[in-house]
Amino acid sequence: MSEITPFTIEQFYKFIGERKLMGVKCNKCGLIFVPPRLMCPKCLSRNLSWTQLSNKGRLLTYTIIYVAPEEFQSMVPYALGIIELENGVRLPGIIRNVKHEDLKVGMELEIDFDTTISSTWPQWPRYFFKPSQ
Amino acid sequence: MKGKPLAAIISAGLSKFGKRKGFSGRELFAEAALEAFERCSNLDPRKDIKMLIVGNMSESFEHQCHSAPIMSDWAGLLPTPAVRTEVACASSAAAIRYGLFAICSGMYDIVMVGGFEKMTDRATSEATEYLAMAADYPFEQWNGATFPGLFALMATAHMHKYGTTEEQMALVAVKNHHNGTLNPKAHMQKEVTVERVLSSRIIAKPLKLYDCSLISDGASCAILTKPEIAKKYVDTPVYIIGSGHGTDAIGLYERDDLTSLKATKIAAKEAYEMAGLTPQDIDIAEVHDCFTIAEIMAYEDLGFCKPGEGGKFIESGAPMLDGELPINTSGGLKAKGHPVGATGVAQLYEIFLQLTGQADKRQIDGCEIGLTQNLGGSGATCIVHIYRRG
Repeated sequence: MSEITPFTIEQFYKFIGERKLMGVKCNKCGLIFVPPRLMCPKCLSRNLSWTQLSNKGRLLTYTIIYVAPEEFQSMVPYALGIIELENGVRLPGIIRNVKHEDLKVGMELEIDFDTTISSTWPQWPRYFFKPSQ
Repeated sequence: MKGKPLAAIISAGLSKFGKRKGFSGRELFAEAALEAFERCSNLDPRKDIKMLIVGNMSESFEHQCHSAPIMSDWAGLLPTPAVRTEVACASSAAAIRYGLFAICSGMYDIVMVGGFEKMTDRATSEATEYLAMAADYPFEQWNGATFPGLFALMATAHMHKYGTTEEQMALVAVKNHHNGTLNPKAHMQKEVTVERVLSSRIIAKPLKLYDCSLISDGASCAILTKPEIAKKYVDTPVYIIGSGHGTDAIGLYERDDLTSLKATKIAAKEAYEMAGLTPQDIDIAEVHDCFTIAEIMAYEDLGFCKPGEGGKFIESGAPMLDGELPINTSGGLKAKGHPVGATGVAQLYEIFLQLTGQADKRQIDGCEIGLTQNLGGSGATCIVHIYRRG
């Protein structure tokens, strides 16, 4: 991975568009983190590199949203959760393809990608969670 | 230095909270300001007040940035300098802190702090979106998170870890609705039952309509002086003796513990230490019950009970009006209403009334020490203040 690739959120979503879940690794203290930052949030080192993350995780908590912002209104009710990946990184995201009554804290989920770029700002693709294969 | 007054509150004002059709934010702020001025006839506001600091979360509601000078004008204070503070729903608690800084620095003897939000002219989906702007955009908003949704994630985690129940959360709503019926300025003047809360429509599972605070219009203000001059204006000032401010990661998902707010613990520790007090010393508190689970977590994070025992704490009756530590006597955000930018100083207003014996039907006899806890967003900001009757 090129060391000049900037450690930005824009770059994180460029990787998502390539169907890759990437985090930043601190080469000094070993912390792996998302969102990307220009320095390690723990030890403040700038000696960083991108690292590909596991796309499997465990559901820490979830909700089912019935009242949504305008952009998401056509999707209600939808499930939102926070997952913890195998390397400890946590991400929030929409959970698809699971019956809402089957959602359980601790269940295994994996990350998939919708590489369609939004037509308006910020023109990003999306990642989402689905049942583990 | 412990327990030394940082500033005195010599007056406070609050607009009626609710759906205030036809009134804009500036007019609600003037309503609050007029009450504060009427309470304190020895004060010449335009001459004596040296600065106005006013909290407001979102310019989207009224399509109006640069609102601080407008509030100075509509309160009849021009050319008093004015500035806006913004840390989401804690915007006006931040205004209190900046008022303290102005006074403690010695720069000014008298300042006015306040807040306002005009929310109800917007559709629920618009209001939901504007409020969600206080969550992390690239990861939370982008994935459809809402504020009820973020607190629902905490509720699910709290229920899973500690066995907290939806019935316990409902008890918070029942209590705060009851208190609201005793507050003529509360948005909601209606008792609810546990059954009614549990059967109300789902907003973000497990949170239902009656677990959520209200989208309201309202404004609040208070006049702060340096402690030494307070008794020139009033016989019984209220002193602010502790102030704490905690900051955490904006994204809920980045925080180690989903069942506790570190920002509240940090803010509370700072405020308790400054005041030289412990949680056991608090007689009365207004906490940030934007959702019922948030009040349960506040009991724990402020040290009123042990971690995980917030549900039992409400079941015990301790935070009821006749309990050992009455909490949200005003009706809280739940029933009094939550015009977000006004909330921090509205909490101060309730403590001011209680400590000066002006809380009428909901008066807690003999209270001397009060606390307010005001959250911003899903807990990236928390501001705690501690007050003592003068």
